[in-house]
Amino acid sequence: MKKWQCVVCGFVYDEAVGMPEEGIAAGTKWGDIPESWNCPDCGVAKSDFEMVEV
Amino acid sequence: MDPVVIVGSGLAGYQSAKEIRRLDREVPLLLVSMDSGDFYSKPMLSNAFSSGKDPGSLVIKSAAQMAAELDARIRTDVRVDAIFPGDHEISIDGEKLRYARLVLALGADPLRLHADALSVNDLSGYAGFRKALEGKKRVAIIGAGLVGCEFADDLSSSGFEVDVFDIASQPLGRLVTPECGKWMEKAMKGIAWHWGVKIAKIEKGSILLEDGSAFQADIVLSAVGLKPRIGLAQDAGLECARGILVNRQLETSARDVYAIGDCMEIEGQVLPFVMPIMHASKILARNVLGERESLVYPAMPVVVKTPSCPAVVSPPKAGSKGAWHTEADAEGVKSVFLGEDGKMLGFALCGKAVSEKNLLAKELPAVLS
Repeated sequence: MKKWQCVVCGFVYDEAVGMPEEGIAAGTKWGDIPESWNCPDCGVAKSDFEMVEV
Repeated sequence: MDPVVIVGSGLAGYQSAKEIRRLDREVPLLLVSMDSGDFYSKPMLSNAFSSGKDPGSLVIKSAAQMAAELDARIRTDVRVDAIFPGDHEISIDGEKLRYARLVLALGADPLRLHADALSVNDLSGYAGFRKALEGKKRVAIIGAGLVGCEFADDLSSSGFEVDVFDIASQPLGRLVTPECGKWMEKAMKGIAWHWGVKIAKIEKGSILLEDGSAFQADIVLSAVGLKPRIGLAQDAGLECARGILVNRQLETSARDVYAIGDCMEIEGQVLPFVMPIMHASKILARNVLGERESLVYPAMPVVVKTPSCPAVVSPPKAGSKGAWHTEADAEGVKSVFLGEDGKMLGFALCGKAVSEKNLLAKELPAVLS
């Protein structure tokens, strides 16, 4: 399980935790998150920025 | 071929460069930065402590890495001292250079009401702040807006004793309802809030209020707002109001000169946030490359980065007619601003209610339609 960080605002997505409140189950890999997904904090599209492994 | 020149290496500058390069691999690009040009996330400055980051580790990519990725030249630690729109020239530390198109991504300066208070507006400012904090305990923050609240929460949860002073009577006074403000105040435990106060003087180690009371503080941080950087544009004869004025095509009043980000004003609005930059950079890139697209802003809620008290705001446009309606319980507050026709024009959510953000945002009118 990895963590990914939004380079625009610093939001961290933790694969182990997922985002159940947004319909993304715990354990969902970054690559399996749909391209239409937006950063929950700054709204940037998944395709709009790079996530860096933290 | 003369280059597209981008002045500024913050998010607005780099995002513009990225979008231009995405559409055109050939056009020569030059970025001009007054600092090191390293790319970092500005919203993270107010959360760095609790996320265990020091100023060095906030650098996401160095200027050299950015230059390689963008296939751009980046000139660092230099200043643009003049623009000559008639000649398509700028002057960089006295040396003249021609541009094909010019993008002003100059950013904004923190408002400074007290010379002796620190302010944090970029990574080097943050580094200075961290150094000043070493071995210190008591931090006073002037201003309980977004930045003030975020720093207060970050420092308080990292063990500092934090006092916050504001002329308003609640946190985020210009963005949220009194009910939301109350809730946030309670949720951010351990912070001493001082409402309705004016600072008379800052002296070494203390803050004096106009009512005569005094508070000890090792460090004073000022977070009272931003002022778009318009001096360079004004000197060159570009039309400015609060910010550098642009039309829907992001063109300034000078030919082939564009503006984006915190320095820019469009239809009366100055929006120093991430989302407007992400939308504007796409349109700007197309137009710089010869198209003529118009900018549209959807509703753009702003998440307040106060982990001990989740909050998200999407204030109604200034001057909107209508009223706030609030539902509150132990777990959060939901305030919506309804216009005279009953349509929702804005919201402020705290605590558990933030989970309704996406649903509510869909109902909001566009900021620029």
